[in-house]
Amino acid sequence: MEASVRAQNIFKSFQSGKTKVEALNDISFEVEKGELFGLIGPDGAGKTTLFRIFTTLMIANKGNAWVDGLKVVSQYREIRKRVGYMPGRFSLYQDLTVEENLSFFATLFDTTLEENYDLVKDIYIQIEPFKKRRAGALSGGMKQKLALSCALIHKPSVLFLDEPTTGVDAVSRQEFWELLRNLQLQGITIVVSTPYMDEASLCDRVALMQAGKILDLDTPSGITRKFSKTLWSASSNDMYQLMNDLKADERVNTCYPFGQYHHITFKGLNQEIQSIEKMLAEKGHVDLTIQKTEPTIEDCFMELMNQ
Amino acid sequence: MRTLRILLEKEFRQIFRDPAILRLIFIMPIIQLLVLPLAADYEVKDINIAIVDQDHSSYSRQLTDKISASTYFNLVIYTHSYNEAIRGVEKDMADVVLQIPPSFEKKLIKENEAKLFMALNAINGVKANLGGVYLRSIINDFNGEVRLDWLQFPRFNPQPLIRISSINWFNPLLNYQFFMVPGILVILVTLVGSFLAALNIVKEKEIGTIEQINVTPIRKHQFILGKLIPFWILGLLVLSIGLLLARIFYGIIPAGSLLTVYLFAAVYLLAVLGLGLLISTYTETQQQAMLISFFLMMVFILLGGLYTSIDSMPKWAQIFTMFNPVTYFIEVMRMVVLKGSNLYDIRYHLLIVSGFGVFLNSWAIINYKKRS
Repeated sequence: MEASVRAQNIFKSFQSGKTKVEALNDISFEVEKGELFGLIGPDGAGKTTLFRIFTTLMIANKGNAWVDGLKVVSQYREIRKRVGYMPGRFSLYQDLTVEENLSFFATLFDTTLEENYDLVKDIYIQIEPFKKRRAGALSGGMKQKLALSCALIHKPSVLFLDEPTTGVDAVSRQEFWELLRNLQLQGITIVVSTPYMDEASLCDRVALMQAGKILDLDTPSGITRKFSKTLWSASSNDMYQLMNDLKADERVNTCYPFGQYHHITFKGLNQEIQSIEKMLAEKGHVDLTIQKTEPTIEDCFMELMNQ
Repeated sequence: MRTLRILLEKEFRQIFRDPAILRLIFIMPIIQLLVLPLAADYEVKDINIAIVDQDHSSYSRQLTDKISASTYFNLVIYTHSYNEAIRGVEKDMADVVLQIPPSFEKKLIKENEAKLFMALNAINGVKANLGGVYLRSIINDFNGEVRLDWLQFPRFNPQPLIRISSINWFNPLLNYQFFMVPGILVILVTLVGSFLAALNIVKEKEIGTIEQINVTPIRKHQFILGKLIPFWILGLLVLSIGLLLARIFYGIIPAGSLLTVYLFAAVYLLAVLGLGLLISTYTETQQQAMLISFFLMMVFILLGGLYTSIDSMPKWAQIFTMFNPVTYFIEVMRMVVLKGSNLYDIRYHLLIVSGFGVFLNSWAIINYKKRS
């Protein structure tokens, strides 16, 4: 089966003053039809640049890319009819109402809201009460839903969502991911980027990106399975001192804050956890707990970054 | 066609929803047209004059009366001391000093010749110049009257006399507003046509909506037409409002055909819209576009023959004005409105402005890219 989205050795650099910034450095991957694919990485990893290349807004310096089997450089006109793109920044007309925005974009794609109502129904129902309101006056979550509706209005075969959940509250984020799952069931390939590691587990497969490179590409469980060390989480009454003490100890490999705990890995394989506990107790830590924990995508990302 | 229609619909909806733009398009022109032509007046009136009368004769009084009766002069100081009059100039009370020396009348009668002294405050060159000219003509007139008074007419005039009588064509009363209003109207149409259009396109870039537009199958020419047509219509609308105001408030009724004005304006707007589009392709933010517009506007106004006559500019500046589309429209407006020129008379103007349109639009379209 042909891949829905494919990148082959893509390079893209920007000239920033006198220095050249490598935004994308030899990126290759494939996304299968109907897959929910996540691009995970911090700001500046090159996610948006990659999206802009796939959506034919930008041309790569080197390498090829295909969407739906069409080349992004030569067959861009056809691609534009088939992809839905939701940029990271809200970019609909703020001075037009919800309804007007939708019908405007529908007309540009030579369709109507009624024609593809099934597809956007779930989302549209939520913003319908505000359809006479100007888009600029909507709340953040509602804006995202409107933008998603507009990106879906022409029943695209591939949907590119650039950081759709950035700056959206936790409840709306969860709702948004549920919507994506439903869309996937309708056969739409979805490529979504996010800086939030916890959202990675909601994708079928993810690519971890950092500084223009793909560090790893696998299913979320596949990635966590690759975590090579045993991960421990630690807490005490003085978390800041705990961090300093752990980092100072030569047996400790990495230590970084993770929620209300610190996540630690050790250099040796079979560390005597008791001796570490003893060392910390001597330094005056009380309510000390150190226990084994399952690695998350974030832990894997931290490990990959340190390699 | 359906795409273009929805684009136009969207554009007009946005324009009419933005109160700031509406004010800019409709209220500003009205205010400008009502205020500017009255204020921007080259006629020098109310020249303050100080008369130093050291003669105190009936002739000196006659001359003083004649000057103060003129609408151009205000007699602010009447004295016998020259120093006092000069102090008046120093205090900025008087612009012109006229000294009537002692025994002015006596000399005039006995020797058939008398001298007057005139001193002008030349800080404002135009005022000094015109003040001098006005005063001289009043004195000449006075001179004529005096001669008439005591000369007995011989059968034939001892000196041959050439009398010049003049008639002002196209603007018989030399009404300055007739000259200014059409010109200001041109500037307003230019503003709407080029700069509002440029700002509108750049706004889409700045807000990011252009990104969303660019991923749709919409074609480049559709998008550009969707932007140009609304401002083309608005430009003609502003022109119509302006012509109407000129008729109501200044009584300016175009001597030529309105059709000629509109035809030229339609072509001219294409040229300035091209300029607006070009500005928008070179700028990323509204601020940048605004600054460029300010700069260009200054050049357009000062090198367009609105206030200053192009014929009196240095040669190099005259060459500059040839590359200024505003020059042609101002000239055409004055030709058609005041002189009643027809299409045949403005054929070269029309041709040149069409050239501007083709050149600017092609440049802008080549430079406009849907992707980087």
